[in-house]
Amino acid sequence: MNRWNLWAVAKQLSAIGLVGLNRRNAEYVLTHNQRKYYPRVDDKLITKNMAIAQGLPVPELYAVIREEHEIDELHAKIKTRETFVVKPAHGSGGDGILVITGRKGNRYRRSNGQLMTHDEFNHHISNALSGLYSLGGQADHVLVEYCVQFDPIFDHVSFRGVPDVRIITFKGYPVMSMIRLPTRMSDGKANLHQGAIGVGIDIPTGITCRGVFGNELVKEHPDTEHSIIDLQIPRWDELLMIAAKSSDLSGLGYVGVDIVLDRDLGPMILELNARPGLAIQIANGQGLALRLRKIDALASLAKDPLERIAFSKANFATV
Amino acid sequence: MKKVQLYLLAFVIAAVGLSGAFYKWQVLSFPLTPNKEVEVWTVQARAEFDTNGRANTVMLQIPNRTPGSQPFFGIIEETFISRGYGQNIDKDRGGRAVEWTIRRDSAKPRVLYYRATIVRDQNYSEGSTIPRVAARPELDEPEQAALNTIFETVKSESADIASFARAFVRRFTGDMDDDARLLLGAADSAEDRAKFVIGALGIRNIPARIIHGFVLGDPSSGATLKPYVQVHNEEKWITLDIETAAVGLPEDFLVWSTSERPTLEVGSDKRPMLEFSVQRNLSDAIAMAKRRTEVRDEALIRYSLLSLPLDKQALYQILLMVPVGAFVMLILRNIIGLKSFGTFMPVLVALAFAHTDLLSGVLLFTLVVTLGLLARFVMEKLKLLLVPRLTAVLILVILLMCMVSVVSHQLNLEVGLSIALFPMVIMTMTIERLSIAWDERGPTYAIKQGVGSLIVAILCYFVMAWPALKHLIFVFPELLLVLFAMTLLLGRYSGYRLTELFRFGPLAVDTAIRAAPIAAPNAAPIASGGAPADSGPSASGAHKESP
Repeated sequence: MNRWNLWAVAKQLSAIGLVGLNRRNAEYVLTHNQRKYYPRVDDKLITKNMAIAQGLPVPELYAVIREEHEIDELHAKIKTRETFVVKPAHGSGGDGILVITGRKGNRYRRSNGQLMTHDEFNHHISNALSGLYSLGGQADHVLVEYCVQFDPIFDHVSFRGVPDVRIITFKGYPVMSMIRLPTRMSDGKANLHQGAIGVGIDIPTGITCRGVFGNELVKEHPDTEHSIIDLQIPRWDELLMIAAKSSDLSGLGYVGVDIVLDRDLGPMILELNARPGLAIQIANGQGLALRLRKIDALASLAKDPLERIAFSKANFATV
Repeated sequence: MKKVQLYLLAFVIAAVGLSGAFYKWQVLSFPLTPNKEVEVWTVQARAEFDTNGRANTVMLQIPNRTPGSQPFFGIIEETFISRGYGQNIDKDRGGRAVEWTIRRDSAKPRVLYYRATIVRDQNYSEGSTIPRVAARPELDEPEQAALNTIFETVKSESADIASFARAFVRRFTGDMDDDARLLLGAADSAEDRAKFVIGALGIRNIPARIIHGFVLGDPSSGATLKPYVQVHNEEKWITLDIETAAVGLPEDFLVWSTSERPTLEVGSDKRPMLEFSVQRNLSDAIAMAKRRTEVRDEALIRYSLLSLPLDKQALYQILLMVPVGAFVMLILRNIIGLKSFGTFMPVLVALAFAHTDLLSGVLLFTLVVTLGLLARFVMEKLKLLLVPRLTAVLILVILLMCMVSVVSHQLNLEVGLSIALFPMVIMTMTIERLSIAWDERGPTYAIKQGVGSLIVAILCYFVMAWPALKHLIFVFPELLLVLFAMTLLLGRYSGYRLTELFRFGPLAVDTAIRAAPIAAPNAAPIASGGAPADSGPSASGAHKESP
């Protein structure tokens, strides 16, 4: 098949159930996600508090900055922390996230090795407070939280930064999953459009199958040249459980759950996403629609997350 | 809302918009294309008469102005030059007349004018006038006998009122026989013959009347009124040419008077002079359509854009194109899948391009954005907060615009002056977003996005500056309802975007290759299941559960 034969491409994509942006928005995001629940996922602080209330693991919150004048006090608050992450609460697509991995004298060392003066650090937070990174530019607050020490299993397949696992859930059922590996190009960020690699994960087993870098299929990490397929994601069942429960917590029908694996603390919810991207389909070599339709066809939805996970494991294998 | 309801709603809205536009086009004759000119005639009736220094009354029959009362034309404007006479328009069943009255007038000669601006109007609908039988002529015995003879022969040759009247009129045209000559006697003018004919038809109880008028298409001025006989066949008036007995009015005939009274009557002068002059010129079709609408239905024009002052009209001509630009954006974003800075930023930039010309618009825009970007990078070092920084960039943008204007004025480049029309807030935001994209995603990405937005703006410009479309939307703003309906429909378009076909192209190829060898041996379950990858492994238990 020729990829430039657009008609044939469209037919093939439709046959594998590929969900495009318009379909995702019209049939899943708009239909199944009530706007009143958006703050639960758009504001990372609310997400975190709700998760804590439900007993779901999240990275520890060190500080919240809501006003300009609180920025100066921050340095004292985090004096004892060697590593931490600064995050705008309404940030999207990984913008505005600052990962500090250490200090050198009076300066902070970023995950990419650059040093940052206090002034630069303060300016970054001030920008975030003004809403530079938030959707629609509304004033924001900033979270400072625990920096995840990622599981050594990913040492060979990520370049400076925290890989995370995204699980898309529909009506509480885990539907499709991938792990996002930072690259040199993505500057340590785990967002595909910034250049991270997405690797599809087989839902029944938690084994990685196929990688996508940009829009192309890859088998190795471009920086470390280690194979990115056939890796077993540790504690996979726990991850599925977290995803299923987070989905309930958010109140949204169609939600992407981003989970990180900490070396010591195990899986933790990083954030939820009401409009998860579509590249996960490339990473899994499969469209979402066929899986989503199976859930739509269910006569009744299971309340128990375990039951839902069992259904997903039985139905949503990636080959 | 269900899709069917959406389709229905869109259909209704589109139908309303289209029928409104259709009405304006067909009935009110608004032109579909710009710069269309229509023929306009100015017809002038000049009444000249002597006065005797006493009270005077002048009555001039004038054309009916009611829309649709003229077979070929409509009157859109009238002026009366009455020179101190009191003026009164009389409208009775016979026709329409202006009555001029004065207490004392001694001018010799006195000249009064009536002037009408006339355009073509094909919406003729005959009013429901109750026809009247004309007064019977007084005939002596031989005349009565002659008339009876004619009636006998005519009756045997005809089937109904129309053919009877026609056959009758024919007897008094061309070479008349003795009977006809006897009847007409000295009455030899067309006018007299017409009068006799309607009187004679009155004897047979056939309603008939005389109308006067002339053909407008004739460029020769000094048109003279020509009488036509009309008979009523209980359904409508049938026109007969008194000279030839031909049926029907000639093309482009302006009916001046349908009254039985003389066209001009003057109290002080038994032989007033009445002259007509016709002048034909071309005029802007929209203006004519507007005037025509004014006559037809005042409310329609009062609540339309054409009633606004001209400068406001120009403003709306621009504003009405914004939805069109936005619709282009909708297609580019949701169907094609292009990305741009800001949802409608390119539309507003394209709007500015419409004022400059495209090339200089693009150059000026690039110049200001580039300079603003440079300034923004310098300011980055100052670590300003967001809102002060935006304000600073806005101030700089305006200063840059001033500078470009002044410099280009000195260089005699007038086009530089039009930079003032650029949306400065939009430019400020563009500069800010560009510089953030530059910082966060690198120069390549930022420039790509910037150039992409500019290309989208240029595309919008081409659509928005298309004169035919501009005209169409301004004259038929209800077409925006059609656009609205299309937007509603596209609002639920959930198919692929064009760029997605490129993006997911490799995936399609890959899955097609993977599917092929599997598909061959067990085609049936795949056809029924539809999802080979999903159903296969889990059913067979090929994968082991993770711990």
